Amino acid sequence: MPVPISYNVRNLTVRKTTTLMTALGVALTVAVLVGIGTLVEGLRSSLESSGNPLHAIVMRQGSTAELVSAVTKEQFDVLKFLDGIAEQDGEALVSHEIVSVVNLPLRGDETSVSNVSVRGLSPTGISMRDQVQLEEGRWFTPGKREMVVGSGIHANRAGTSIGDTIFYGRGDWQVVGVFSAGRSAFSSEIWVDANLATSDLGRESVRSSALIRATDEASIRALVNRVADDQRLGLEAELESEYYAKQMTSAEPVRYLGVFIAVIMAVGSCFAAMNTMYAAIANRSREIGVLRLLGFSRFSILTSFLLESLMLSLLGGVLGCLLVLPLNGLQGRIGNFVTFAETTFEFQVTPEYLAVGMAFAAVMGVIGGLFPAILAARRQVLGSLSA
Amino acid sequence: MGKYLFLIWKNLRRNKRRTALTVLSSGVSVFLIGALVSVYALMFAREASEDSALRLITRHKVSLGQELPLYYGPRIQSVDGVETLSVMNWFGGIYKDQRPENMFARFAVDPEEIFNIYSEFVIPPEQLEAFQRDRQGLAVGKSVADRLGFKIGDRITLQGDIYPFDPELTVRAIFEGRDDEQAFFHFKYLEESLPGRGVGIFAIRLRSADDASSVAVAVDEMFRNAPSPTKTETEAAFQMSFVSQLGNIKLFLMSIAGAIVFTMLMVSANTVAMSVRERTREVGVLKTLGFTSRSVLGLILGEAVAIALLGGVVGVAVTLAVTALMRDAVVQFFTGFELPVWGVALCFAMAIAVGLVSSAVPALIAARTNICEALRHSG
Repeated sequence: MPVPISYNVRNLTVRKTTTLMTALGVALTVAVLVGIGTLVEGLRSSLESSGNPLHAIVMRQGSTAELVSAVTKEQFDVLKFLDGIAEQDGEALVSHEIVSVVNLPLRGDETSVSNVSVRGLSPTGISMRDQVQLEEGRWFTPGKREMVVGSGIHANRAGTSIGDTIFYGRGDWQVVGVFSAGRSAFSSEIWVDANLATSDLGRESVRSSALIRATDEASIRALVNRVADDQRLGLEAELESEYYAKQMTSAEPVRYLGVFIAVIMAVGSCFAAMNTMYAAIANRSREIGVLRLLGFSRFSILTSFLLESLMLSLLGGVLGCLLVLPLNGLQGRIGNFVTFAETTFEFQVTPEYLAVGMAFAAVMGVIGGLFPAILAARRQVLGSLSA
Repeated sequence: MGKYLFLIWKNLRRNKRRTALTVLSSGVSVFLIGALVSVYALMFAREASEDSALRLITRHKVSLGQELPLYYGPRIQSVDGVETLSVMNWFGGIYKDQRPENMFARFAVDPEEIFNIYSEFVIPPEQLEAFQRDRQGLAVGKSVADRLGFKIGDRITLQGDIYPFDPELTVRAIFEGRDDEQAFFHFKYLEESLPGRGVGIFAIRLRSADDASSVAVAVDEMFRNAPSPTKTETEAAFQMSFVSQLGNIKLFLMSIAGAIVFTMLMVSANTVAMSVRERTREVGVLKTLGFTSRSVLGLILGEAVAIALLGGVVGVAVTLAVTALMRDAVVQFFTGFELPVWGVALCFAMAIAVGLVSSAVPALIAARTNICEALRHSG
């Protein structure tokens, strides 16, 4: 027969301060783990929503990023007429783009300066990104030094509002609009006219990359292979979704550090939970004897104390999850060494990570409670009573 | 004093299991703080060497991605306070494949000047001369050479990415120094193959570190209205700009450190409260024997601080061991990864502070307890 759960609940509520302090220790550990999870998840969803399944990015063979790639006008002209390229109103859906970076200060902390990607593209290039919408102002006029900034950049960089000017290439460019791109990485970019950017950067006919759209999902793979097989091109195509997925590697160090810290903290919290449970058992030595006299088996005592420890840590787990909830939707910035620029993303608290947090708390509770519970179960009836 | 220490020692040994668990849990927290401080020190607080303070870096104002014209070199050279300078173009490229162990920094430089600017690198004179003579020569850092097995006379080919050009190079020199995860080859060789390309950065060596800001201002002023304006900063500031590319890492480290300290406070406060509660009767006995409220207070605070200090010792020792291990295992990314002296001090200061703060309330309660009530207490 199991010991009633109400017995454990009452014990936890009697020692309010001790219970709460131990639970808070667990809570902070869970909060660190889940917090890192929401960061990684936010970045993942930002990068995942950047790739269109029908798109491929074409770069120079061996290049891993647009920033260090080169695609010439001649190469681009060959790409345009490959089989399987989608068309709209008689025009091939391909975009020859040039990517570079510009140093911009943060809003509020103008001494802190870091890179933002600037993408030069054509109106076709803009229309190929379905998730992109103009939020304010207007698009740039081809042939003019005008910029349209992504909403993420607009939110956290100084001097990126409509009417501001930014020095880029060989002169000042005027900000004329703000676009939103959902959660995608494009909202961390600035878009300008490709022709003007190319000449301003002195690259003549060499740009960074080409974006191509296939007619359907079956032909995109074939198209990727066709680009790779064409020896005279010397180019490589990669699915857009895969290109962005690779940028997740920038979150790897953060994730490793986070998991490492959470696990070590969990070890510390286990020690703390053990302390609390040992003390609880020492204080209740006589009660344990009485329970045994009443006919509860050693096993019931063991499960009862284990359960108490579990409840304690789950309480901590719930508190930890509550601590993390306000992070949801918060904006973070993370740089990477693929684009050499920052991606802004929103922290995303997902049910999966909350579940992981609770499971983590449960493990801490079981490990922390196991040895004290075994000790309690082993107590001799008479010895306990006389204590 | 001795009698207090003895009592504290006895009390610590009374519930050995609890003491051990508490020491371990605060040790874990101190270790985490130590590890975070080491990461922080690695990223933000690297000590600049004397040589580094003598160097300025000039780049295009817009970003590193835009090049400067070659003729800027002689003009910068003419600025008062500049001893010498060299072109320094980040070549990037791929050696063999993308695996991280094959990665090292590769720069196209002026072979006559680069080792005057980076004078902390130790290079045998005959190797330096051989490197300067061979237009396709390569000078490589010892760490790289050791890892990849490069010897003088070896031929290696790099595959270009930023530059559409695959340099074929011969190892002519191996230099040694603190940041020797890099290799240099002739800018002339790059220029011949890709005429018209500009300069990524100019590395400048100053006559005196005191001139740093005046030279930086003079250089930037000179090109202010040119088509390619410049940004000149100290080498330390330039390196820091790479760290800031990583996003708001500082905030991230700080919030985690905050969570850890707070957890440690909880754990410690909880333990002290438990042990004081159990000893209420004892406090009564001590007071009956003539111990004052203040000495009772001191005893309990002292016990908490002793536990915290033990935790500090455990934590700092583990940190030192782990950072040393990381340095040996993955040298490439962790050169200079260590807990600085100020970090050790910080760890102990934090441990003591946590010990004091967490025991303050239980200690005060115990000190104020009335003797009769304390003696009557059962529990």
